Amino acid sequence: MEKTLLDLRPGMCGTVTRFAGAPGFMQKLRTIGIREGKTLTVVARHPLSGPVVVGIGGREVTLGRGMAQRIMVDVTS
Amino acid sequence: MKTVVLMGNPNVGKSGVFSRLTGTRVIISNYPGTTVDVSRGVTRLLESDVEVIDAPGTYSLSPTCPVEEVAAGILEDADLVINVVDSTNLERNLYLTLEILERGIPVAVALNLWDEAGHQGITIDVEALERLLGVPVVPTVGLAGQGIRELVERLDEARPSETIRPMSEEERWATVGRITGEVQTIAHRHHTLRDRIAEASIKPASGLIIAFGVMAVTFLAVVAIGEGLAEYILEPLFDLYTPFAMQLSEFLGPGILHDILIGHLIDGEIDYEQAMGLLTTGLFVPFAMILPYIVAFYLMLSILEDTGYLPRLATLVDTFFHRLGMHGHGIISVFLGLGCNVPGALATRVLETKKQRFIAATLMSISVPCMAQIAMVFGVLGPFGMHYIVMVFATLMAVYIVVGLILSRVIPGECPEIFLEIPPYRMPNARVTASKTWMRVRGFVGEAIPYLFLGILLVNLLYTAGFLGWLARVFAPLMEVWLGLPAEATAALLVGFLRKDLAVGMLVPLGMTPVQLVIAVTMLSIYFPCVATFVVLLKELGARGMAAAVGVMVTTALIVGGLLRMVLIGF
Repeated sequence: MEKTLLDLRPGMCGTVTRFAGAPGFMQKLRTIGIREGKTLTVVARHPLSGPVVVGIGGREVTLGRGMAQRIMVDVTS
Repeated sequence: MKTVVLMGNPNVGKSGVFSRLTGTRVIISNYPGTTVDVSRGVTRLLESDVEVIDAPGTYSLSPTCPVEEVAAGILEDADLVINVVDSTNLERNLYLTLEILERGIPVAVALNLWDEAGHQGITIDVEALERLLGVPVVPTVGLAGQGIRELVERLDEARPSETIRPMSEEERWATVGRITGEVQTIAHRHHTLRDRIAEASIKPASGLIIAFGVMAVTFLAVVAIGEGLAEYILEPLFDLYTPFAMQLSEFLGPGILHDILIGHLIDGEIDYEQAMGLLTTGLFVPFAMILPYIVAFYLMLSILEDTGYLPRLATLVDTFFHRLGMHGHGIISVFLGLGCNVPGALATRVLETKKQRFIAATLMSISVPCMAQIAMVFGVLGPFGMHYIVMVFATLMAVYIVVGLILSRVIPGECPEIFLEIPPYRMPNARVTASKTWMRVRGFVGEAIPYLFLGILLVNLLYTAGFLGWLARVFAPLMEVWLGLPAEATAALLVGFLRKDLAVGMLVPLGMTPVQLVIAVTMLSIYFPCVATFVVLLKELGARGMAAAVGVMVTTALIVGGLLRMVLIGF
């Protein structure tokens, strides 16, 4: 089922399906390693609309909620 | 002279390789965006002198912030590019590699952090990668110097790639995926203690507890190391020096030269804090009062930087910093600013928009006193009690928050969200930590001492010429009525433009009450940056931005000063 990255609770994994954003935004995410077909793990979701920390390929990346909301994922576990 | 440019993603160890290639010492840390400026060095490569440029890290050649713009711009001047690649993260790094290769410039690839990749069970088929990219590829460990010689030897093989042609973004990603799949194998790895610490320190609840712990330990360590150095090493040295200074004092006899070199004796003795002579206060303030804390602070900062903790802290404070019109990465400028406001101002470059950079730079300049100033505040207010020092810092913190809240609403422009890669934790390398601390301490000595001497000389001359008396009379209404300070404190505010630490020291002989001192040192932090910071801010913000920032500073100083006076002294 397609959800946004923001819908995933900490500990959940998802595969990136597509981005709902401008090309610049997509390029920014891709260059840091977040791309279509990649599996992400949500490490932490900070309260009070704080940032989301995701694990990808053994690395962690912190990104804002607005960005997380524009990353569509297929929940895998 | 040919130009060799080091390019790569942020935090892949370019500066480490640069320092190995050129012998130039540069600041190396474990967080993205350490190098915000361009370092240049000349070295002999390929039997001729070449200029080596250490470019700031960038993820791609389509820049998203000023730091990345600089990096992309440097590529224009390159005769040869050494593309430094993080071996532990090949796939992500290759995108930039392809972009550079597509430009048709001669390239050599350094597979850096090779040792760490080994520990993580990552193996890369170097020969296959070389064949696919069409340029030399050499595994390196920049910090230890491994592979650097081979890299240098193979630079003459660097030529424009014949296998990589310009392509679209989609094709480039496909190529990255294909190459990575062919050359890289990853062995399965179990969770280690390090992974668990990494996770705990970035989760909201456990992360905050760890953050408070880290901050408390850092603060206590700075105080303990600083006090230890002052008490057991530097003050005893001055005790040995006193007889010589006294002899010189007697030799000189009373007169202008005595006033300038030795200053004013109190009861026939030298009081190093108050004498105001070049060879007394001019040496004691920087070396015995400030230097110990500078050493202690930079040692702890280096450790924080090298472990990779700062980006985690940036994540934890992001929510809060967002309310102030920045994002979590803004904390880096606060930390560097606590050492010296100049690198603090430069660190604002990692923020994406003009609005964020303006807010970060202005707030840092207003509310973040540098270590030299902090050491003096402790020296001057400490004897009256810790609670006075707490008053100063609580006020500055409140000002940071309130002014930030206001600026984030008033200043037009966007506040993009945080987007930050978290580096793995690394054990700080003793050599790197020591050399970095030494570089920064030397920087302090080299820059602070001349300004301190100039400041003391100026005070003596202006005092003798009667200028300070005149200035005090002009500003008396403002100082006495609005701030509740003696008119003579005006001289300190003037000197504060040169050196804030000296300015704090100048308050001592005025015989102010502790509360007045609290107001005065808080004012000294807020009202205006020191000249070194001013120059950098002017360059970073531009003339109009700087004018706006100065407006904010002066307004804040007047309001906060007046409020403090009302609260602490009454009408």
